[in-house]
Amino acid sequence: MEFAKAPGLTKRWGEFAIETIIRVLGLSSIGFVVMIFLFLLREGLPTFWEIPLNNLLGTRWYPTFDYFGAVPLVLGSVLVTLLAIVIALPLGLATAVFVREIAPPWAREILKPVIEVLAGIPSVVLGFFGMTLVAPLVREVLGAPTGLTAFTGALLLAYMALPTMISVAEDALDTVPKSYRDAGLSMGATQWQTIWRVVVPAARSGVVTAVMLGMGRAIGETMAVMMVTGNAARLPLSLDSLFRPVRTMTATIAAEMGEVAQGSTHYHALFGLGIILFALTFVINLAAAATIFKKRRRGGLR
Amino acid sequence: MSLAPAKRATSPFPWRNLVLALTLVGLAAWALVGLFSDEGETTAGAAPAAQTIQNKGSDTLVNLALAWAETYMALHPEVRVSVTGGGSGTGIASLINGTVDIANASRAIKAEERAAAQANGITPVEVTVALDAIAVVVHPSNPVEGLTLPQLSAIYTGQITNWRQVGGEDRPIVLLSRESNSGTYVYFLENVIRLGQKSDLLFHPDTLLMPSSEGISAEVRQNPNAIGYDGLGYVTPDQKMLGVAVDSASRYVLPSVETVNDGSYPVSRPLFMYTTDRPSAAIQAFLSWVLADGQAQVIELGFVPLK
Repeated sequence: MEFAKAPGLTKRWGEFAIETIIRVLGLSSIGFVVMIFLFLLREGLPTFWEIPLNNLLGTRWYPTFDYFGAVPLVLGSVLVTLLAIVIALPLGLATAVFVREIAPPWAREILKPVIEVLAGIPSVVLGFFGMTLVAPLVREVLGAPTGLTAFTGALLLAYMALPTMISVAEDALDTVPKSYRDAGLSMGATQWQTIWRVVVPAARSGVVTAVMLGMGRAIGETMAVMMVTGNAARLPLSLDSLFRPVRTMTATIAAEMGEVAQGSTHYHALFGLGIILFALTFVINLAAAATIFKKRRRGGLR
Repeated sequence: MSLAPAKRATSPFPWRNLVLALTLVGLAAWALVGLFSDEGETTAGAAPAAQTIQNKGSDTLVNLALAWAETYMALHPEVRVSVTGGGSGTGIASLINGTVDIANASRAIKAEERAAAQANGITPVEVTVALDAIAVVVHPSNPVEGLTLPQLSAIYTGQITNWRQVGGEDRPIVLLSRESNSGTYVYFLENVIRLGQKSDLLFHPDTLLMPSSEGISAEVRQNPNAIGYDGLGYVTPDQKMLGVAVDSASRYVLPSVETVNDGSYPVSRPLFMYTTDRPSAAIQAFLSWVLADGQAQVIELGFVPLK
């Protein structure tokens, strides 16, 4: 360390101050997460002793009448999110493969920024689009009683998760060494075979990360989901539930928080939902991080 | 993704970690103090100017309140009336916190809200400012012309699930409601689903809860299966209103200014403004104007004026 040997107290102090400031700023984001978590716990934990467990694990969510069955809401969020990923994964992966492996450079230069612009569309605009255009289409084409369904929500969520998934998956494909492709092609594999059998499997952990990040994006989305899923707190267990309304945790919090009396059981219950949501996102992010670390340990591809 | 681990440099400053730890401890302490102290709304020092009237509450009333505010401010330029929506509960909560002068509500204040207000040294005073009728709406192509209150109750509790059962086409019924925090929701539940009696009946779980009046009208406009309800003031001409009868022996009545005023339309309610028991002169003047000349505007917005 050269600067450590440098003489002069002022320089050392300046260096020290700057280093400290940067460090504190960097660590403050961790501090904020901790504070948010503490706040969530403070407001949400009372849920779990104010409301009897059999009520909380019930299937009826009528907060105005002290029924706080959160199961339909949790399942609603999970259903919409999983469905969104099932829709988005093939599209996202195919787009990433196309942009990285197949598209000529000029097309790539156009596609990449366009995909990033997609991420910038406000979700309320997408929600309005979904409510007025996608929902009637879902009702007429699929013959569901109403177009405001889990499927409609999942379609919009898939669209919203796509930019994230494409960027991350494309980065993952980018890290696959050129030698892999050359080896595949020189062994007589077609371009398709090389991509599908060599490049994509080699980037597998990055693709998993893309899915996880897309899921994190989807499960926390609120506005568009609230506008197109119908918000009926029914238990989505039967097969036709995909094409029936659901109520997600995020939509519930957004719709009810504005009217709730501060400090009431209902208020705590909404923060309780927040804790569940936080825990779910945390697990998803942890899973994403785990695949990244595994990849790094394995070493090979980075 | 560039996830290469940052190179760790050994620091030349032995007390760096100490400073860091102190900073973090300070941050945490600040957070804890902030979180666990009683953070009441700061009302002191934010007292509105004498001639400003803060008015907040029911989304049902918000358009009417805005119209009143505009007209009144044109007549009395020295007074400023600012109106915000948010719902009856929000308005009353703000009155309790002392952040508004008038709370608009489409339901009567609850006993616990009154108690909370008393605890804050505020006694809410209720003024009926207009009447509202809740209209039951369906898609214009729906051949059903009217329903009885028991039929509506059976539809919204899931006992009747097909339009055929009430004389319509063979279509599933899709139930639409406002969100559970809306005053309209509570009113409809108590007076239609529970038929004004004490019971445990609730909206069927399949009921779609729409976050806004616009959500209801958008779905009713385009879905021939749908049935919804909303304040008469919010029913657009592209929805079909149903006549409502108390029971199968009585007459179906369509909601209108006349039928609500003469009491023949069964699903109507008063709309309130709440003030404290010590309103300023400006607030008193505004309210007496609302009850007199202001009533002319009530009809224009689809509500029903007081007689």
